[in-house]
Amino acid sequence: MATVQDIEIRDSAARAARATEELQDVQGEKMVLNMGPSHPATHGVLRIVLELDGEVITKADPDVGYLHRGDEKIAENMTYTQFIPYTDRLDYLAPLANNVAYALAVEKLLGIEKDLPPRCQYIRVMCAELARISSHLLGLGAFAMDLGAVTVFLLTFTDREKIYNLAEAISGARFTTSYTRIGGVMRDLPPGWLEQCQKFCDEFIPSLNEVETLLTRNRIWVDRVRNLAVISKEDAIDYGLSGPNLRGSGIEWDLRKKQPYLCYKDLEFDIPVGSVGDCYDRYLVRMEEMRQSVRILEQCIQKIPGGADNKIKEPVNVPDGKIVLPPKQNVMTKMEELIHQFMLVTQGMNCPPGEIYFGHENPKGELGFYINSRGGGTPYRMKIRAPSFVNLSIIPKIFPGCLISDTVAILGSLDFVMGECDR
Amino acid sequence: MTALETAQKLKTKFGDLISEPAEFRGEITLRVSDADRIVEICDFAKTELGFDYLTDISSVDNYGEDPRWTVVYHLRGLAHGNELRLKTNVSEEKSELPTVTTVWKTADWHEREIYDMMGIRFSGHPDLRRILMWEGYPYFPLRKDFPLAGKPSELPGVAFTKSAPLEGGPFVTAPGGKDAIEREPRVRTPEE
Repeated sequence: MATVQDIEIRDSAARAARATEELQDVQGEKMVLNMGPSHPATHGVLRIVLELDGEVITKADPDVGYLHRGDEKIAENMTYTQFIPYTDRLDYLAPLANNVAYALAVEKLLGIEKDLPPRCQYIRVMCAELARISSHLLGLGAFAMDLGAVTVFLLTFTDREKIYNLAEAISGARFTTSYTRIGGVMRDLPPGWLEQCQKFCDEFIPSLNEVETLLTRNRIWVDRVRNLAVISKEDAIDYGLSGPNLRGSGIEWDLRKKQPYLCYKDLEFDIPVGSVGDCYDRYLVRMEEMRQSVRILEQCIQKIPGGADNKIKEPVNVPDGKIVLPPKQNVMTKMEELIHQFMLVTQGMNCPPGEIYFGHENPKGELGFYINSRGGGTPYRMKIRAPSFVNLSIIPKIFPGCLISDTVAILGSLDFVMGECDR
Repeated sequence: MTALETAQKLKTKFGDLISEPAEFRGEITLRVSDADRIVEICDFAKTELGFDYLTDISSVDNYGEDPRWTVVYHLRGLAHGNELRLKTNVSEEKSELPTVTTVWKTADWHEREIYDMMGIRFSGHPDLRRILMWEGYPYFPLRKDFPLAGKPSELPGVAFTKSAPLEGGPFVTAPGGKDAIEREPRVRTPEE
């Protein structure tokens, strides 16, 4: 006869709480431990000053800014187009998504975001989703590797390599893509790119399934991440979390659904949400988001206007010579195009005075650009709302009570990138 | 309820304190005339109008104008999906306004960043330290009078002591400044 047995889950949060209780009798001195700025689990240059009672963290004070480059100051001193390469270096694990976010923000200021040609919209959606998969793969690989599962890292990096090849094919660069332009994209998709992309989708799902079998029901993995660093719904909203970290806490908020931009409203996809808000939920949300991204990619491949080789010459840029650079051969032969090219390169496009905020659902969360324009080709003030910066601000809240060995798991599950946090 | 209607509600509640809603590119902006009462307004917006999510706080340096600082709040209600922008001005002599960390905890790091970059203080903030620059850094780099190249300082290792390569180079387009022909270094006579 089968018997049912209750097994006590050795979750780390309960373990930590018990450890704190036991330690209260021991009159130990608190120790201050400096973690980072160069520590493998901080994925960059995050420094956390931990106050420890034995192995239990009693206080955590994150120290950011080691990668501060003054991007907002730089943006005030160049034209809108010149800033595009700087956006590659914000979340440098998903440069394509940053390019899309920035271009959409400036287009909102210009008031042309509705005029974008459909082919351009589809291309941009594919870029953003490829970037999402790439970023989640690295976040997942590093998260698992920090907890001892090195195989996952090797598997995910094999797939990221394919995404890099796709990025190279469209933009010429694997890493710093700078693919979008204000009012369009740098150039149309190269021949055969859609087939390559479809091939990637076909190969990626089995590979993701393999990762899933390695982790999702793995006892060691579940023990390390379940019920760890639980973020309640209220806290997630109060601390302004965004992206998978917000959805992991059970809040169904995705800018692609709530404020649809580009062609997202024509595409079918689901928004995964967590139920507990622990590290395991955040992991599961990211896993599912990758599957949904593949779903979006496959729909885009089917529906993109013009198809693979664009025989009907669907445009990829807005037809406005005052915004998009004209084709070079026209510059050489026609007066008007020459003037447009000259004005765009020397002074930039003429933006209206006003202010806009545009939030884009980036892999890490909501990447927002607040642009304050006083007219002309340069922003008067540009504020970058970096999701990693905001997501990290919850550390002092969730670290206390955890064990020191849990820090790597929590940091891995928050999935931040310092290039964006420090700007 | 649309964003405009919520903005009108806020306007009805606070009267002259809040300007008429201005709309640009589908976004609603309200100006708050008295920065000292921003907490009251934010608290009302959160508890009564459902703006539970603070997306961002940023600041603008209106250099050469009075009042010099503008602090910009981006509010969002996750339940109704509306967004609202609140703007308030702070004079240079005062350079201080109350913190909204009591309303949204996420304001903590945003306000620290504004203090760090612009030098606007937030009274009542639990932990107003520099966040991106290091403790002891003497300047506020996002101010318009802070040059792109940085400033020399007597303190060794603090701030830049020589021009950064960006300053004055051919790729720098200053707002309202010279265009690329004038900036092209090959046709320019050396100044120094």
